[in-house]
Amino acid sequence: MTDLILAHGFDRHAPAERSAAPARDRPPAPHPGRGPAWLGLVIPLLALAGLELAVRAGAVPAHLLPPPSEVAGALHALGAAELWRHVGASVARVAIGFGLGAVLAVLVGAWVGLSPRAAALLDPSIQGLRAIPSLAWVPLLLLWMGIDEAPKITLIAIGAFFPVYLNLTAAIVHVDRRLVEVGRVHGLRGWGLVRHVFLPAALPELFTGLRGGLGLAWMFLVAAELIAATRGLGYLLSDGRETGRADIMLGAIALLGLLGKISDSALALIERRALHWHDGFGSTRA
Amino acid sequence: MTALLEVHIDRKAYAHGPVLERLALELARGEVVVLVGASGCGKSTLLRIVSGLDADYEGRVRLDGQARHGIRPDIGMVFQEPRLLPWLSVADNIAFGHGPATGANAARVRQLLEQIGLAGHASALPKQLSGGQAQRVAIARALFAQPPLLLLDEPFSAVDAFTRMKLQDLLLDVAARNRTALLLVTHDIDEAVYLGDRVLVLDRDPGRLRRAYRVTVPRPRDRRDARLAQVKSEVLTELYDSHAL
Repeated sequence: MTDLILAHGFDRHAPAERSAAPARDRPPAPHPGRGPAWLGLVIPLLALAGLELAVRAGAVPAHLLPPPSEVAGALHALGAAELWRHVGASVARVAIGFGLGAVLAVLVGAWVGLSPRAAALLDPSIQGLRAIPSLAWVPLLLLWMGIDEAPKITLIAIGAFFPVYLNLTAAIVHVDRRLVEVGRVHGLRGWGLVRHVFLPAALPELFTGLRGGLGLAWMFLVAAELIAATRGLGYLLSDGRETGRADIMLGAIALLGLLGKISDSALALIERRALHWHDGFGSTRA
Repeated sequence: MTALLEVHIDRKAYAHGPVLERLALELARGEVVVLVGASGCGKSTLLRIVSGLDADYEGRVRLDGQARHGIRPDIGMVFQEPRLLPWLSVADNIAFGHGPATGANAARVRQLLEQIGLAGHASALPKQLSGGQAQRVAIARALFAQPPLLLLDEPFSAVDAFTRMKLQDLLLDVAARNRTALLLVTHDIDEAVYLGDRVLVLDRDPGRLRRAYRVTVPRPRDRRDARLAQVKSEVLTELYDSHAL
């Protein structure tokens, strides 16, 4: 009997002890993976179907909220060539503006992050500029650059710049001092240390900044196109408003959402590839 | 024959006071010297000075009779944590600082991977390794350039006791194969006595050399050897006397 109790007591404690001991010498368990991808489509499809039914049943006036089928019809009626003209113009503006803003932010952000002198010189001014709501630049940009492509691309670049800059400078500050020491012990200095330690270590946060910057790029695109444009999805929006075409406006909004989602997913895919080494909690889902 | 490493530290202080004072230390080629002492006695600081990571001290460090200024690749360093670069494969980590593990580096990387028993893990990422495996890679990385001296700062304190014993034997093995001298800091007296040709006990506030023991037990050693137990008890007595314990 005593034996039994002892054995029982021992058994009861054994698993607790085992789990309390650091499991450092066991390779980590494989990642649990993600849920099925189609699950993400359930809510959008249900919403579209619900909207269609609600309008057809007369619960919502169709001239204010045209059903999805009518929106699709309106876009179809615009014609492929016309649609591509607007989509192409918007995509090109975002691509160029975001590219310029992000590249500039990476260069300036790396410099400010790595050089205390550059940080003391530049960071206060950049933070000051950041405090200005970027849309406030629009009238001035129009005055300076006319209503051509230049002011739109500049505005988008300004929008993309700050998230990338902020995340990169923060990332460089957060780089593990211990890894920097490893680099120094291996004789790395200056650019070698930047290239082999700082940039890879800052990559996760840099991608966060890039995705934030891309989101803002789309936002500022619409702002620029709403005010002065003859093509682009923002123009389509303001044109729809002037002609009282809710279906055109909803179509443009849907396209903006779709393009934003596609571009973000593309960036997320690059991120996942570039950060396959990352061992954060999110690397199991990302 | 000149010593491989000569360290003379007159004084090393942080803001709150001196850490090391009048400390002299020599290492012969291929020798294994272990530093023990209470926490805060400046053992890790001493390693950082020898490695060149800390240049703010009064004194001098000579390697092969040459005064050292700053960091040179002829001293390897293994930290308490593996500190592998998480974005590099095991092979690229081993060749870190010398370019990718291909071309001219490939043969050396393969040789080290075999010596640490991880030949099949060349393309694994650090996150896929256990703690003991990662520390083996860190040892291989520090030995890549065949440095005559390897510094280790409590290298096995984060692994369990069985892994630690295996890693100790592996360390002695690869150090002998690569003809590398070891200067190792530890809190583990068993480890100190098992690994060391000499065990140095450091005092605290400020850190200076209190006593040195020569462990004459021939290698390969048996952990159960009564002579090792004898040295261990002497070291422990010294640590009690120094109020480290």
